[in-house]
Amino acid sequence: MSIVAIAKWLEGLALARFVAQAPWVFPTVETIHVVAIAMVVGSIAVVDLRLLGVSWTSRPVTEVAEEILPWTWGGFFIAVLAGALMFISAASKYVVDVPFQLKMLLLVCAGVNMLTFHHVTYRDVGVWNHGRTPRTAKLAAGLSLAFWIAIVTCGRLVSFTTQDEFEPPSTSVAPAPAAARVLDD
Amino acid sequence: MLTSLSSWLEKTSLSIAIQDVSWVIPFCQTVHILCLALVLSSVVFLDVRLMGIGPHRIPVSALAKRFLPPTWGAVAVMALTGAVLVIGEPQRDLPNMVFQIKMLLLVCVLAVTSIIQARIAANPNAWGDGIASWPARIAGAVSLLLWLGIATCGRFIAYFLA
Repeated sequence: MSIVAIAKWLEGLALARFVAQAPWVFPTVETIHVVAIAMVVGSIAVVDLRLLGVSWTSRPVTEVAEEILPWTWGGFFIAVLAGALMFISAASKYVVDVPFQLKMLLLVCAGVNMLTFHHVTYRDVGVWNHGRTPRTAKLAAGLSLAFWIAIVTCGRLVSFTTQDEFEPPSTSVAPAPAAARVLDD
Repeated sequence: MLTSLSSWLEKTSLSIAIQDVSWVIPFCQTVHILCLALVLSSVVFLDVRLMGIGPHRIPVSALAKRFLPPTWGAVAVMALTGAVLVIGEPQRDLPNMVFQIKMLLLVCVLAVTSIIQARIAANPNAWGDGIASWPARIAGAVSLLLWLGIATCGRFIAYFLA
């Protein structure tokens, strides 16, 4: 079964049809996705900036991580759920969309970066918890910030390349968003 | 009036320049969203603490000092990128009811944030350490709801095109 066939099958699900066709469901899910990803990126930036030695340097790294990361994970969980709903509503268009593919690749990169940091560098956090962070921690934090900024950028571009199809039926009388037209020109 | 203002605005050379360079609008939208990430996270951390449900290890005054200055900076960048988006596509925004609501909510939240900041500065201990007072809880909840409303309006502008 090809990936496009799987995507077509997903699109046929009742839930997918509901997200695609019911008035205001898609923009509502989109709003939840945006707020959740804002929470992910903003909170991870707090931890990354601590690791980079830019801010909150007087506080132990573990304390900052313990306070902030539950918000990151909560936001990520909601963003994935909302994102999955958006994805199945037009899966066959997303799987062939380059910004979408890039976004998924960058998510994997961010995950690998996080796991590497967690299982290698963070193991001896006790040594540098209160002061200057090692170069490897700074590298992981810099990469994390770069990956997440790129993920948000790709997310924005996904809607530029596929926006026309996702306008709910209730707005079909309105002209396509000018932004989409600008890129189409 | 807003419609005629929009018609005039979209014929200005600045607006035409924004429309003509294809990457300006997506670029500004991306920067706008990244700043929203900073603002939303910052206000969530401060507001839940004001509401008495956040981590209690840090005094409210220290949280405010850490998160409010970057919030104002990010809001300034959002105003700038937002202005570019409005000038580039005035018909999409100015006559749009959702955009108007968003601006109203924005004025409200900036006022609420200024009040919160002033109260904390005037009396660092009153608004936070220990059990949250009711004014602090209400201010935190109002700020949080207003920001969520602003983000929601921002997303819905595209679905209420005049």
